[in-house]
Amino acid sequence: MVSNPLTRNIDLSRPPFDLAAYEAVDGYRGLREIARGLEPSDVLDKVKDSGLKGRGGAGFPTGLKWSFVPMGDDAPKQKYFVVNADEMEPGTFKDRLLMEGDPHLLIDGMIIASYAIQANTAYIFLRGEYTESERILRKALAEARERGYLGNNILDTGFDLEIILHTSAGRYICGEETALLNALEGKRANPRAKPPFPQVSGLWGKPTIVNNVETVCNLPGIMAWGIDWYRGLTKGNDHGTKLFGVSGKVRSPGCWELPLGTPIRELMEVYAGGMRDGLELKGFLPGGGSTDFMLPEHLDLNLDYDDIAGAGSRLATGTMIVLDSQTCPVGMIGNLMTFFSHESCGYCTPCRDGLPWVNEIFRAFEAGKGSHRDLAILEEHVDYLGPGKTFCALAPGATAPLGSGLRYFREDFERHISEQRCPYKQ
Amino acid sequence: MNTEENQLIASTTVAADYLRETEIAEIEHERTLYPDARAVGLEALKIVQKHRGWVSDESLRAVAEYLRLPIAELEGVATFFNLIYRRPVGRNVILYCNSVSCWIMGCEQVKDKIAGELGIDFGETTTDGNFTLIPVPCLGDCDRAPVMMVGPDQHRNLDRADLGAIFAQYRKGKE
Amino acid sequence: MTTMTEKTKVEIIIDDVAYQVNADSNLLQECLSLGLDLPYFCWHPCMGSVGACRQCAVKQYRNEEDQDGLLTMACMTPVQPGARISIADPQAVDFRAGVIESLMISHPHDCPVCEEGGECHLQDMTLMSGHNYRRYDKKKVTHRNQYLGPFINHEMNRCITCYRCVRFYSEYAGGVDLAAQAAHHHTYFGRHEEGALESEFSGNLVEVCPTGVFTDKIFSERYSRKWDLQTAPSICTGCGVGCNTAPGERYGELRRIVNRYHSELNGYFICDRGRFGTGYVNHAERLQQPQDAEGKTLDAETAAARLREIAGKAIAIGSPRAGNEANHALRKLVGEANFHGGFSAAEQACMDEIVAFAGDPAFHNPSIREIEQADAVLVLGEDVTNTAPRIALALRQSVRNRAYELADSARIPHWQDAAVREIAQHERSPLYLFATGATRLDDVAEASVIDTPSGLARQAFALAHRIHADAPAASGDGGGNAAQLDQIAEQLAAAKRPLIVAGAGNGQVELIRAAGNIARALHKRRGNGERKPLDLCLLTGEVNSMGLHLLIRPENSLEAALEKLASGEAENLIVLENDLYRRAPHARVDAALNTARTTVALDLLPNRTTAKADLVLPVTAFSEQQATYVNYEGRAQLAWQVHRNHSAARPAWQWTGEFAHFREALHDCAVSAPAMARLVEVLPDTSHLPGGGKLPRQPERYSGRTAMKANLNVHEPKQAQDPDSALAFSMEGVPARRDATLLASPWAPQWNSNQSISKFQDEINGPLRQGHGGALLLERGAGGGFHPVPEADEATGIELTPARQIFGSEELSARSEAIRKRMSDAYVAISPGIAAGHGLTHGAAVSVRGEDASITVLACVRGSMPSGVAALHASDREIDFHGLGARVSLAPAAGDAAVALDRGLGELIVSDLAQGS
Ligand SMILES: Cc1cc2nc3c(=O)[nH]c(=O)nc-3n(C[C@H](O)[C@H](O)[C@H](O)COP(=O)(O)O)c2cc1C
Ligand code: SF4
Ligand code: FES
Repeated sequence: MVSNPLTRNIDLSRPPFDLAAYEAVDGYRGLREIARGLEPSDVLDKVKDSGLKGRGGAGFPTGLKWSFVPMGDDAPKQKYFVVNADEMEPGTFKDRLLMEGDPHLLIDGMIIASYAIQANTAYIFLRGEYTESERILRKALAEARERGYLGNNILDTGFDLEIILHTSAGRYICGEETALLNALEGKRANPRAKPPFPQVSGLWGKPTIVNNVETVCNLPGIMAWGIDWYRGLTKGNDHGTKLFGVSGKVRSPGCWELPLGTPIRELMEVYAGGMRDGLELKGFLPGGGSTDFMLPEHLDLNLDYDDIAGAGSRLATGTMIVLDSQTCPVGMIGNLMTFFSHESCGYCTPCRDGLPWVNEIFRAFEAGKGSHRDLAILEEHVDYLGPGKTFCALAPGATAPLGSGLRYFREDFERHISEQRCPYKQ
Repeated sequence: MNTEENQLIASTTVAADYLRETEIAEIEHERTLYPDARAVGLEALKIVQKHRGWVSDESLRAVAEYLRLPIAELEGVATFFNLIYRRPVGRNVILYCNSVSCWIMGCEQVKDKIAGELGIDFGETTTDGNFTLIPVPCLGDCDRAPVMMVGPDQHRNLDRADLGAIFAQYRKGKE
Repeated sequence: MTTMTEKTKVEIIIDDVAYQVNADSNLLQECLSLGLDLPYFCWHPCMGSVGACRQCAVKQYRNEEDQDGLLTMACMTPVQPGARISIADPQAVDFRAGVIESLMISHPHDCPVCEEGGECHLQDMTLMSGHNYRRYDKKKVTHRNQYLGPFINHEMNRCITCYRCVRFYSEYAGGVDLAAQAAHHHTYFGRHEEGALESEFSGNLVEVCPTGVFTDKIFSERYSRKWDLQTAPSICTGCGVGCNTAPGERYGELRRIVNRYHSELNGYFICDRGRFGTGYVNHAERLQQPQDAEGKTLDAETAAARLREIAGKAIAIGSPRAGNEANHALRKLVGEANFHGGFSAAEQACMDEIVAFAGDPAFHNPSIREIEQADAVLVLGEDVTNTAPRIALALRQSVRNRAYELADSARIPHWQDAAVREIAQHERSPLYLFATGATRLDDVAEASVIDTPSGLARQAFALAHRIHADAPAASGDGGGNAAQLDQIAEQLAAAKRPLIVAGAGNGQVELIRAAGNIARALHKRRGNGERKPLDLCLLTGEVNSMGLHLLIRPENSLEAALEKLASGEAENLIVLENDLYRRAPHARVDAALNTARTTVALDLLPNRTTAKADLVLPVTAFSEQQATYVNYEGRAQLAWQVHRNHSAARPAWQWTGEFAHFREALHDCAVSAPAMARLVEVLPDTSHLPGGGKLPRQPERYSGRTAMKANLNVHEPKQAQDPDSALAFSMEGVPARRDATLLASPWAPQWNSNQSISKFQDEINGPLRQGHGGALLLERGAGGGFHPVPEADEATGIELTPARQIFGSEELSARSEAIRKRMSDAYVAISPGIAAGHGLTHGAAVSVRGEDASITVLACVRGSMPSGVAALHASDREIDFHGLGARVSLAPAAGDAAVALDRGLGELIVSDLAQGS
């Protein structure tokens, strides 16, 4: 049986599979099942039963999300399915791999998802800088269109679907699903209030589902090989496999598909090859820039949503950023704060005006002007920018490395103050 | 009723004078992909930028008039996004990743080298008009950090790369 | 926004106290309705919630047991029965203090030099939220300001990024040239480039902005703190809507106008004519002394005596821009039979019809709040944005009723502003415009029917017939597009609350009659069970057009007056606040004035009529006197005197000597004109005032009272008495805090800004406590019938119609400096076809020839106009509009004529300017 459904066709040393090659390995099987009479509700049930959780960061159950889309005769006819391919979370490099390595997998998944919610138009919201992904996806889309997998009355099902590739004009906030919708509509990408959720009033006010690239890439396997297979893939509590990456000063940084529940230590030491010579692991962000630091003591936890949450962090994108013993944690967090303050959309007060203050304080620390007074202000901002207080999750994301960093690397902050310089700089 | 509709000076004709045929064709194609003119507006800015390198005041006005969008709002969109340039840029835009993984892997030192090599800092353009250096958030290639883009091309593992050779390729090859 | 129909109340607990609140609302709105102090910025009573500023955080508990609770933004949290929240919770208090601190990190702290200081919502909220020590010691973000035209200053560094400005300007008022720019803490609110803000409602930014980013430029130039302004409740005299305003005076100068809340009328907003158009009060040429024909000054007693002397053999011409008391005093002086309306012939005909419809039980003349509730609207001929701007703003809201329906279907509460807009997209309740060209409401209209005025009328009659067969048919659909007329008929008939709008603005009586037919047809089509009167909004031209019309006999037109003079039937003439040359053909006015033995003109600025008068009596301006005016609805409203005029000018009713006191004039008017019987109701009940005391016009902190005139005389003069009203020209007395009808400048402890108005409402957006000023005068009497379709006009030539401009069409505001900066020159708008056919280009001088006159103006070539019509705007040029007659011919004028018209057309804001512009 297939054990790596997301990456089984990926080999970056050659061009990705074209449509024929992809079909030859069980590709587009879900579509053929649909042609054989599978109802949208059947697809929905399957996805629900699979236990698939969103891979975009929040880990929300995908089938449950879909089930909020109003269906039936009273529901608006026009619905949209949108793939979130904005990948801009610092330290995250998994969706690029999928799109550039196996574009038909994504298209395959999109057809399944669009059918389930009866969306006739689907957009891929692709990060503008991903020019290679764009080229590859455009080619694959043309092939699928040519083959009759897209367009009107696909395989005589009566189902129509157009997939439109949209390239973003660039801003991290566009990855937030409601901001993404505004960006797609050609507006300033400020997030929207929820409720109403996009499932009810999304793109152009119509019911809309936004899913992450990796989430969607899980769908073809579920449709092809079933729920039992899918549930059997895991080593832990959550189902399926996931892409996990490691960046930073490890021996062999990279991205791998592993069963959920794989021990962190295995990822770090076996796959990433452990720390580079002479360096020690000081901490790591388990799932991109907006997750809380974890420490070497957490290495024996498993890569499961709940396990990581138990350690006060989030699995999120599953791409780890490793902090080594010779890199300044204050500098690292400061780098993230620059990012977050610059990428704040400017809509709500705490984020727009709070993060720049935080950032300025890090600049002061960097310049050898750290003070306890400022440190206290940083502490305050962890709470002030936390979940529920800002309009969207960007600012709370920033507080994750900030709050945990202040907690775990307090000594480093103190040394910056007492020495009035960065102790890591020669 | 006797309106002389065709005599309307359609702001569209004014704008059409400015926009080139290929640009208009591309904008019209975008119209088929989005149900609303606003969405096309952002696409049109990208199209104009693709052809002209940046979005000048005239371009902004032309797009607004062509699509009959409020120009202030279009400017609000143009200035919101990172990849719409409202100031002239060099022939090759260098998007230099300075996010966390690249930072850990030494992107600041590499950036100093680039600045030395090209004689420009972030936000600046080389005097020969070949390069503009712009910082960009994480480019999604963190396992091969530090990375940058020059034009549409990704360049990885910059700490080990021959920067001079990379830039030379753009200086010569793409006049 | 929210309708005031029966609301379901539920109980919620706030800081352990149980309250009854509206169920379909949000927590912030209800807390404010209850009078609780909860700070906010981005929420606006009329624009709903967006949750951007995060200032209104409260603690919400899941149930009785929950001790921890969660912070939530009150403005974004729906009221839920049994909800438990806390404003005082320490975590909520802390968070709100944090938000203020954030907002202030880059704020310039320039309150001493900021025009908003002392009435700044940001100052209030800063204090309320407890941020009083500055900790931020890093670099501030600074911005560059833009030139935004003659009305509005821009000081972006004060911005707290609440998004209210753009939400008002573009989303609420439909402006296209102000938007949020850039992102993160560089977010900027401005135009794409410098230039005058185009919206007719730009001045509201001054009040909508919670701090001093957008301030009143006119006021800035002659600035005073709010507490140093003498103020009183007033009425805008800019048009027939009668928005409520609060003028502010200092050192004898009228300094500014701000909105005064009226729940049925203007609500929170007024237009730019109203706000910036009162500079004429301070005009250097204001008439100060009685003068004879030679310009010799007379003393007041002699002058008054002469007036009375000639009155016996005089006829008088009243004024639609003067109050009822002035008109009535003159009417009394010369006798009702000799008192004439001061309307042009066309306007008189329109007013006759409007007043007749106002008495018809089939119709209802809706207030602005009611207009906002219409779910299908037809505007006939009236260029509402330019004749009654505040109504245009209301029509813009009416099209949103469809959005609310869609929101209901997705269970999105109406106050969730962004979500309601998102789900609605471009879906709107239908608004149809019958017009002679593009209008400023086109962007929200379903469609426009463009034709000549007579063509529009024929089409409108045809439409009425389509709605109900009893309405007479116009041959050949009136030349209209049958399918389109069908569609309009269908949508109007299907609407729950359809609205027909027309008015006297372009002097086309047939359009008003046609409007009546359409409304009557709709009314007839309503089942017998549903015989609610139909909303027919007929706009009157000037502040007191309606009042004046109620005081004149049907036959006493201006034309008749001129006739009586020219024929010698009348010997003398008294003209009240009226430049007759604006109302009638110049030759006829000349003939009348030349034959009259003695002409007395009462006015406040010199004009062509005063120039010809044998005696000129200076009168006070609206802010210098007390007066009542009757608006388009028939609502009489009292404008209080704000300040004194120190010259010999006095209210016209004083010159006549008929009445000793204002109240006498008012009472006598009410008694002697049957239609005015309810006028007395506008007077406030002052019985509750302690000891029969007075209300101060000057706030407690009014400064420099003893020093104000020290340069002239160090002896402090006795405070001026005001025997005529309940207000005092001083700080003495009890402020009007508990009497909404006397409330000019709201204030409540901790609430120095205009946001304090909520402290005077029982419910947000509801009436002020103790109601609001104004009395609806008109009684519905017997119903009328359908009007016949007018005969098709066989005449050839180009139809002449007036083109109104918000800046320039109203006589007095057009003499205000600020308005003059936004005025175009006189022009005639024509289609490109006519222009080409006559060898005219946009901006060229054109000679317009008519029956008895020939004038020169600029050609304004507009792409959307039909051929066969010329729309003439006189601006402030002395143009013989009425001498031209109904049809004109055009020809290029000599080149140097254009030079004389040096104001040009640059300030015109129209969407369909044609080539070369
Ligand atoms: C600031 C911010 C940035 C985000 N960026 C991304 C992104 O780049 N890609 C992504 O898939 N999800 C991103 N998300 C999460 C999305 O909002 C959303 O939860 C996700 O696309 C849903 O997909 P899923 O259910 O398949 O996980 C971001 C969220 C926030 C708050
Ligand atoms: S937290 Fe607020 S300012 Fe920050 S990105 Fe979200 S909405 Fe924008
Ligand atoms: S008033 Fe509630 S968030 Fe602004």
